[in-house]
Amino acid sequence: MGRFFHRSRWATPYALLTPGTAWLLVFFVVPMYYLAKMSLEQGLFPIFSFGWAWHNFSDAVTEFKPQFLRSIEYAGIATAIALLISYPLAYWIAFRGGRWKNLFLLLVIAPFFVTYLIRTLAWETILADDGVVVRVLKDVHVLGADGRLLATSAAVIAGITYNFLPFMVLPLYVSLEQVDPRLIEAASDLYANSAVSFARVTLPLSLPGVFAGVLLTFIPAAGDFINAQLLGTPQQYMIGNVIQSQFLELRDYPTAAALSFVLMGAILVLVLIFARALGTDRLTAGAAA
Amino acid sequence: MSAWRFVRRHVLDAYALLALLYLFVPISVVVAFSFNNPLGRFNYTWQGFTFKNWAHPFGYPGLSGAIKVSIEIAIFSSIVATILGTLIALALVRYRFRGSGSLNLLIFVPMTTPEIVMGASLLTLFLNWKIPQGFGTILIAHILFNISYVVVTVRARLVGFDRHLEEAAMDLGANELVTFVRVTLPLIAPGIFAAGLLAFALSIDDFVITYFNAGTTITFPLFVWGAARVAVPPQINVIGTAIFGLAVGGMLVNVLLQNRRAKAAT
Repeated sequence: MGRFFHRSRWATPYALLTPGTAWLLVFFVVPMYYLAKMSLEQGLFPIFSFGWAWHNFSDAVTEFKPQFLRSIEYAGIATAIALLISYPLAYWIAFRGGRWKNLFLLLVIAPFFVTYLIRTLAWETILADDGVVVRVLKDVHVLGADGRLLATSAAVIAGITYNFLPFMVLPLYVSLEQVDPRLIEAASDLYANSAVSFARVTLPLSLPGVFAGVLLTFIPAAGDFINAQLLGTPQQYMIGNVIQSQFLELRDYPTAAALSFVLMGAILVLVLIFARALGTDRLTAGAAA
Repeated sequence: MSAWRFVRRHVLDAYALLALLYLFVPISVVVAFSFNNPLGRFNYTWQGFTFKNWAHPFGYPGLSGAIKVSIEIAIFSSIVATILGTLIALALVRYRFRGSGSLNLLIFVPMTTPEIVMGASLLTLFLNWKIPQGFGTILIAHILFNISYVVVTVRARLVGFDRHLEEAAMDLGANELVTFVRVTLPLIAPGIFAAGLLAFALSIDDFVITYFNAGTTITFPLFVWGAARVAVPPQINVIGTAIFGLAVGGMLVNVLLQNRRAKAAT
């Protein structure tokens, strides 16, 4: 064994990485190939035949444009709200948490040890028509006599915001925690007030965390179908709901496959635009490396 | 003036406190409704306090079987993924080799693929290869999505590793294998353990990918999903609360011990 390690050092990394890489190739790359092939097939279940059916893509986009736009809209709003909730919280833990940082981080993660679906069902209970929240809002006339929270866009967005919050808080915390306090002291020594030193020192240094958090929240949010299904109605359905029903209920595999690729493409384009806007082009390379 | 300063100083504290409270609102509902005594099949409105559900946590047909499947899959998938992922992390951090850039990409991309696309692509594979969906296909899927997370977690631990310790062992006559087993492995063990726990948690909570590849096998999240359409037994809240209590309790002890050790060290 020792000889194996010694004599064939060049082979050692390949021996280490082969089993895991094989798993990723066979069960991630190969399935993507089959999904791509499926997106260009035509026919009716259970007989599909390959035929470069590019019209699957244009048909899918035309037919399900509202759901696509809604997915981008809901995921975008939910990501923005999650950022507004998470940034001050992550900042507070990183700079004011002191000895109890880990405890506060635990408090942030803890709710997510309750199964995803049960959390969402809990929101269903909270927002229910005969629940406390709706009753209070009716009493103060924010909601009309027949107003509802459940089955609205707001309910779906609220559910998405809540369910992916740790994906926003944790990267923000990691990047804020790494900010060297001496840099902030230096800024105040140079007569920057606290607002200026935040805007010119802390915020720019935390941008990698903002980028990672937005990415990790937006991607699962755009593909989600559980919140729309449990907290909304078909009027709130997102592209995930369509892919799910096309695949598992209607068994129109080519359309579902085409929709999957359009979703991935749309996410990729939006992420690249966002990276450019934030000036973090190099970060995407950094995240991949 | 002093009032304004007080507000300015504490507005962030208040905001953070409110955010933490917000995180726990749905959880308190889950815990409270585990003690509810619902009249019908749905556990949505408060009817009265009872310990009945806690006395019979599995008192609903199919629930205990689903939990058993979930735990089995979480154990097997986290062990296999931890082994495969740790080996990849070792290769990536310790060696320079051709293709490491592509390998990094291969690990990164699955984490940024929407779950629904990953689930759909796996189902397409299983349909093409005529593999019947069930326990085996769920296991394959869970190992797949866990590998990337294990690599990232273990790699973070390996990067901060002091290689002089290994050199010291070798100077003292240990060969590479002995050095690895006696020095490297114990030092990166916390990272491997954390990766395994993360994989276990991701597996036991997964719904979307499992939903696509489960066939007729029912895991706990699939059971909750099926139940949500016809009835929501309070036992679901009991199990949810119990898992939450165990996980948080374990982590709490860990954090407090770390804190005590840190305090003793200073």
